[in-house]
Amino acid sequence: MGYMTIDGRKVEFTDEKNVLSVIRKAGINIPTLCYHSELSTFGACRLCTVEDNRGKTFASCSEEPRDGMVIYTNTGKLKKYRKMIVELLLAAHCRDCTTCVESGVTCVLQSLALRMGIQEVRFENTREIRPLDMTSPSIVRDPNKCILCGNCVRACEELQGIGALGFAYRGTEAMVMPEFDKKINETLCVNCGQCRVFCPTGAISIRTNIDEVWDALADPNVRVVAQIAPAVRVAVGDNYGVPKGRSVMGKIVNALHRMGFDEVYDTTFSADLTIMEETAEFLDRVQNGGKLPLLTSCCPAWVKFVTDQFQDFVPNISTCRSPQGMLSAVIKEHFRDPANNPDGRKTVVVSFMPCTAKKMEAERPNSYTKGEKDTDIVITTTELIRMIDNNGYDFGMLEPEACDTPFGLGSGGGVIFGVTGGVTEAVLRRLSPDHTKASMESIAESGVRGMDGIKEFSVPYNGIDVKICVVNGLANARAVMDKVRAGEAEYHLIEVMACRRGCIMGGGQPAGAGDRTKAARAQGLYNADNTTIIKKSDENPLVIDLYNGMLKDKAHELLHVEGY
Amino acid sequence: MLDQSYYNKADEIIEGYGRKAASLIPIMQDIQAEYRYLPGELLTYVAKQIGVKEAKAFSVATFYENFSFEPKGKFIIKVCDGTACHVRKSMPVKEALMKELGLTHKQHTTDDMMFTVETVSCLGACGLAPTLTVNDEVHPKMTPEKAIDLLSELRGEKV
Repeated sequence: MGYMTIDGRKVEFTDEKNVLSVIRKAGINIPTLCYHSELSTFGACRLCTVEDNRGKTFASCSEEPRDGMVIYTNTGKLKKYRKMIVELLLAAHCRDCTTCVESGVTCVLQSLALRMGIQEVRFENTREIRPLDMTSPSIVRDPNKCILCGNCVRACEELQGIGALGFAYRGTEAMVMPEFDKKINETLCVNCGQCRVFCPTGAISIRTNIDEVWDALADPNVRVVAQIAPAVRVAVGDNYGVPKGRSVMGKIVNALHRMGFDEVYDTTFSADLTIMEETAEFLDRVQNGGKLPLLTSCCPAWVKFVTDQFQDFVPNISTCRSPQGMLSAVIKEHFRDPANNPDGRKTVVVSFMPCTAKKMEAERPNSYTKGEKDTDIVITTTELIRMIDNNGYDFGMLEPEACDTPFGLGSGGGVIFGVTGGVTEAVLRRLSPDHTKASMESIAESGVRGMDGIKEFSVPYNGIDVKICVVNGLANARAVMDKVRAGEAEYHLIEVMACRRGCIMGGGQPAGAGDRTKAARAQGLYNADNTTIIKKSDENPLVIDLYNGMLKDKAHELLHVEGY
Repeated sequence: MLDQSYYNKADEIIEGYGRKAASLIPIMQDIQAEYRYLPGELLTYVAKQIGVKEAKAFSVATFYENFSFEPKGKFIIKVCDGTACHVRKSMPVKEALMKELGLTHKQHTTDDMMFTVETVSCLGACGLAPTLTVNDEVHPKMTPEKAIDLLSELRGEKV
């Protein structure tokens, strides 16, 4: 608590953890490359350096606010420093901006160069050119674009508890790499893509599959079918001046129809299928002494985390496919029926996901049915935006359109899958005997909502106290699993989403989201739920139809995996 | 794959320092003292045992010049290139050694595993510049000629 003077104006501060936060609160967007409020303070880039009334300069990210401080943020000396820092970073950086995927809005380095007014780099790049790491289906690492801010290293270690990347060597030789310069697919990387979200340059970017989609769309012998995940609809608008978190599902559907997609379905529909199957599996395990706690299987990064590092808990993972996997398998089966495919075209399923790990999930050996790949191409939200821009659609002018039948409708329970706690909330709705407003509200208030990394609560069901743990962020998941393994905690159900806050902040979402955007995206999904008549997965009429039809004897084959 | 005896030795060293992150450097030092280098497999093993991420352990091991993943020769020759030695022409001494042993900037150890030649920043014997050490024994006031003689002397020990 106290007051400080920033550029001659008195500013109050309360519990801000550093001077930088106070400066930003005062409306001065001081530049940073290595500072993120969700990561530990690193103090590497020195761009946030400020000057005090004695002429002393210090990095504002690493200084606690003190009462009576007098600081200046834009003196001549500081401007010169900052410009020099950015110029030196540019000197050792690949400058092929015209062909870099992060060029434009997402490259912080590029935007700082513009802000600092750098028009010339006086120094030669003496760094050795290193090869790209293309071994991951999810991300591409280009070491030549790395500025050593360490954001990826800290995100991987602190948020996800994986530590696949680290600094290596020192001084001018310093580089970011996995241990022993291994390729990323040889590490414990779970493909979550958070490194890419925190990377301020193009050193880590999404492995793109856009061209494959254009090829499929151009092929007259191919039926191209889309599915759109819940979290995508509340993030695409970010790029087009739509208020943050507002669902633009109808506009996305329109854009995809225009691109030439034959059918556009909603992954919310298969989220409902997941709820049906997972609830049944959960009750079966509880009643018949199956392996507990049941671990959710929707998040492929989490599933890989368990299969890599908690092998003894693999039997606990739900055998349910993820919503992506379920819908793709159902779509493929639907068009295998000649009645639905009179012209005998090949079906290609493209899924639009907030997630880079879904690209890896689609490649998993258990993502095949009848020898055929379920999901052919996975496109992240960021790539979807690029596709819309590629075709030159004026997003604001796109009229909303509805998804296609028979897989184009989901319940409110399905749509909240995109936010942490959503899966559990939908399960609880399914378990609830009625669908009154009061019972839906009491579920929402049971402790399942909120952005805490670990939420523990219990709900009574048929005479037992169902103990639930809802986790987001894999570092939190590790803490929970260590306790479970040691016998210090017991649960019936553990829901884990690898990314903090859930899929709304997935590795494929537009980067650079601040606190308000994060909150707005969650609210956007809850709003979509609020405006849906059908709240419960088991009341979705299309789901009921499917169970009475195609799924009668194929539910296990299409909706479950044999193992991990 | 390393022989099991390496892992047993590592276990012994780990027990001596305790399974905690802070033990990383002393454990690596002891392993290097034992084998004259730090086998990569043992770094992986130690990291797992003391609960440090492998990338982090690699980061520490590569930060310090002292740790080497390459097996070193029987004689480790450290040529000092601190300021005093440098101005008294230590680099010609090193170059003479490298030429005689057929070493390059990439290869620091001879194929017969007899000699390793490295540069160090200061041995603290500036009055004796230019200086070098052979397995920590100081040889003062070196010249390229004396260095070659030293090699034959060391080779003589071999027989």
